[in-house]
Amino acid sequence: MAVAEMSSRTPGKPAGRWARFRRLLKESRTAWLYILPAGLVMLFITLIPQLYQIWMSFTDYRVKNLRFIVFDLATWEKYLPTFVGLQNYVKILTNSLAIENYDFWRLLLFNVTWTVSNVFFHVFLGVAIALALNSKNLIGRRIYRALFVLPWAIPPYISALTWRNMYDDRFGAFNQLLAVINNWLGTSLPTDTRWLTITDPPIGGLLSFLPMAFYALLLANVWLGWPFMSVVATGALQSIPAELYEAASIDGASGWQKLRNITIPLLRPAMVPAIMLGTIWTFNQFNVIYFISEGGPFGRTEILVTQAYKLVTVQRLYGVAAAFGFVVFFVLLIITLIQNRVTRATEAYYV
Amino acid sequence: MSKKQKEILQQIGLQAFLLLVVTGAVMFPIMWVVSLALDPRNIDKPLELRLIPPGASLDAFRRVLLEPYGLLCKNPTDPSSCMTFALLLKNSLIVALGTALIVVLLGATAAYAFSRFRFIGRESGMLMFIVLLMLPTTATLATLFVLLSQIKIGGESLRLTHPGLMLAYASSALPFAVWNLKGYFDTVPRELEEAARIDGASVAQTFVRIILPLSVPSLAVTVLFSFMTGWTEFVMAWTFLENPSRFTLAMALRSMQGQFATPWSDFAAMSILMTIPILILFFLLQRYLVSGLTVGGVKG
Repeated sequence: MAVAEMSSRTPGKPAGRWARFRRLLKESRTAWLYILPAGLVMLFITLIPQLYQIWMSFTDYRVKNLRFIVFDLATWEKYLPTFVGLQNYVKILTNSLAIENYDFWRLLLFNVTWTVSNVFFHVFLGVAIALALNSKNLIGRRIYRALFVLPWAIPPYISALTWRNMYDDRFGAFNQLLAVINNWLGTSLPTDTRWLTITDPPIGGLLSFLPMAFYALLLANVWLGWPFMSVVATGALQSIPAELYEAASIDGASGWQKLRNITIPLLRPAMVPAIMLGTIWTFNQFNVIYFISEGGPFGRTEILVTQAYKLVTVQRLYGVAAAFGFVVFFVLLIITLIQNRVTRATEAYYV
Repeated sequence: MSKKQKEILQQIGLQAFLLLVVTGAVMFPIMWVVSLALDPRNIDKPLELRLIPPGASLDAFRRVLLEPYGLLCKNPTDPSSCMTFALLLKNSLIVALGTALIVVLLGATAAYAFSRFRFIGRESGMLMFIVLLMLPTTATLATLFVLLSQIKIGGESLRLTHPGLMLAYASSALPFAVWNLKGYFDTVPRELEEAARIDGASVAQTFVRIILPLSVPSLAVTVLFSFMTGWTEFVMAWTFLENPSRFTLAMALRSMQGQFATPWSDFAAMSILMTIPILILFFLLQRYLVSGLTVGGVKG
């Protein structure tokens, strides 16, 4: 902003509309020059594949069409995929794909439930632990902080596989832990639960569409995800001036009142973008689902991106997969827009 | 003891309890992996909950570090053509450092433009970077494969090379980097630049001499995150690369996961070895982590 203002603050006569426009144009040229390198990479590696993908999503692109090369006219005649209009999208939304256990609306419902529950726990735990670590008389703060970034620092693929093994019915850590508890307390908890494959929902009623594997995945992903939120919350907590709390104490505010009226409103501006980012990441959390439950039992823990990945690698229906990618994108866009709307609407209350 | 003191003691007790529980929960899976790595039997899973298994040894670490990888060879009958830990490590470092360098250079320049200029297409440009964050990368894998195969550099298609991989990783790390860096640049006081400009410094000079040195925390966070992308990614690498001599550690780890038999102790040992550099980076940069993560112009 500084540069723009500086250049428009010419002393003397006020700048005319045309002159201002020319200045803006010159300004834009410099700005775009700075964006160019990043823009080019994004254009070639992300945007062009995406555009190609849009085109693919309207065709019946299959394995044989992989030989189609845009720059090679010889391949056009033989390998150009046929245009099918919106057929792929219709198939996806009306569940007419020939895939086992496929139901788009169940996938969507599961994906949204997965995202909401994960982000809720990430934020709740992240903020609670950041608060606990930020209190004045705490011994070993540095050690805790160092330990608590571990889940974030370990490559997600490694942690996903570790969790998968911990849920193993015969040798997994959870069943062994239950055996140890049985040993100590003389209880007789079952020690052969097949956490990832049993189909009976642990909670009935409205939540009966969630198998045990969902809770197992939730636990693993909460373990993975809260440190990020905690770090963001710590940064925001440290920027809250101590005088606010002192003034509140003089006015006789209780700890709970201080939390409600100072801490939470001032954490908000930092947490809102973090929550949006967390929502996008969790919605497309491929590693955890794909490597822990593989979408099972019977595809009931499949999310949209893992299904899209299987369309490419297992069924090899590239056209349908391309359309699927766009459906995922639009769902995410709508969620983000709604989130943006809701947070903007409530903003006025706090400021 | 007064009531007030009692309350404080209670609070401290509760805190200590909460933090100990969290520590336990965080460390449990990690300890489990350590126990696996020390087990001399190369079994599937530890048979009991014990940190130090019976007959614990560092054999798995020795195997991973020193023996050639029989599955990653140019010529399967010739063990000298197989990859070793050192070679894999070199490739991983090239890819991860290259990715970090591209992301921090391109991300910082783009973020500077978004932070300091008012220009045509600013809003939509910024929005574009956020929208690109939402596109699932797994869906574009096939297209990127085709596209990178078409670009030939020195008679070899870009898809098969490390630079191709770095560019692909950079494109996935850039949107977040631009967003985060822009948020941090917004917090650098503008008066500093104005003063430099009056003294005759150019736009490029103020960027390099003023903005960059004052933004070390967020630059460090950008390097950390993009390094992690390059270091741990294997789905793309596995799809693109063909020559085993270019394979990375993450790919070698993935290749250990057999359909039927997986050498779990080796897998665990390698996991630990792969995690150590990231942990060192995290701890070195920890003081920047809190201040350098702005997630979208919070402090502006």
